[in-house]
Amino acid sequence: MAAERAALTPAWQPGQAVRVRASFPPGHVRTPFYVRGKQGVIEGVAGVFANPEELAYGRQGLPRSALYRVRFRQTELWPDYQGQPDDSTVVDLYEHWLAAEVADDD
Amino acid sequence: MTSEHDHPHPHQPDLDDQPFEYHQVMAEAVGELLIEKGVISADDLRRTVELIDSKSPAEGARLVARAWCDGDFKTRVLADVNVAAAELGIDAGGIPIRAVENTAKVHNVICCTLCSCYPRLLLGLPPDWYKARAYRSRVVREPRAVLAEFGLVLPADVEVRVHDSTADLRYLVLPRRPDGSDALSEEELQALVTRDCMIGTAVPQVARG
Repeated sequence: MAAERAALTPAWQPGQAVRVRASFPPGHVRTPFYVRGKQGVIEGVAGVFANPEELAYGRQGLPRSALYRVRFRQTELWPDYQGQPDDSTVVDLYEHWLAAEVADDD
Repeated sequence: MTSEHDHPHPHQPDLDDQPFEYHQVMAEAVGELLIEKGVISADDLRRTVELIDSKSPAEGARLVARAWCDGDFKTRVLADVNVAAAELGIDAGGIPIRAVENTAKVHNVICCTLCSCYPRLLLGLPPDWYKARAYRSRVVREPRAVLAEFGLVLPADVEVRVHDSTADLRYLVLPRRPDGSDALSEEELQALVTRDCMIGTAVPQVARG
């Protein structure tokens, strides 16, 4: 029950800095490789959805998980990025993939 | 006629001349089983394919042109595309679609690096290049270079913002209304809003002349 309640109340708010877990589990994963271990900022909460990483195996997708739009600077994703410093990519990520970015907390 | 056809030349192969691949076999088998077990009927399946095939970027263009002409409607589009589309009689489906608005300072472009997520009920089926590995991998890596290949060169002071639809959302770019379009009717505006404008690989342009 605790896990379900935690998942239904989004832990992060827009503007908060987060870091994507540098985790590489096998199977159906909706977090692209290129953002793993990278720091981003919560742009918004997209809603609460059944976990697709569970649904893919015919399970119920519970507990449901908050889905965030997380914005990354291109220069964070790609150290040799050739575009402009403000260019960014927004990726939809589930809560269990995100950890607090302590260094950027004030 | 025969004398003109006594030379060999290549024919376009029939679709079913191609080898039947593993995932095609699986899709056929699942479809046949669902029908055999009465979960869906063959007509249900046919109608769904027909519905998807009937969708086109004209649906999205109607939404965008209305948003350009009606600020309150635009606010509702930015709040909830699916609800706003229903006002125009457009069924945007059950998957939430988020509109991302181009401004003088931000240009948005959409992709799906993991598969081929796309707002199909507003834009129809995605173009082949959208599903190709080249676009999906390069647009997040070097978006300005990719956009330039589409003929869209953006100034340095415009932020390029790529949206990777990895999960339960779909994206639709709400392009900027082009300069010189003030006198155009809503219907004429719709014609400016092409598919690529709503993917973000182009911007609407008023025809010159």
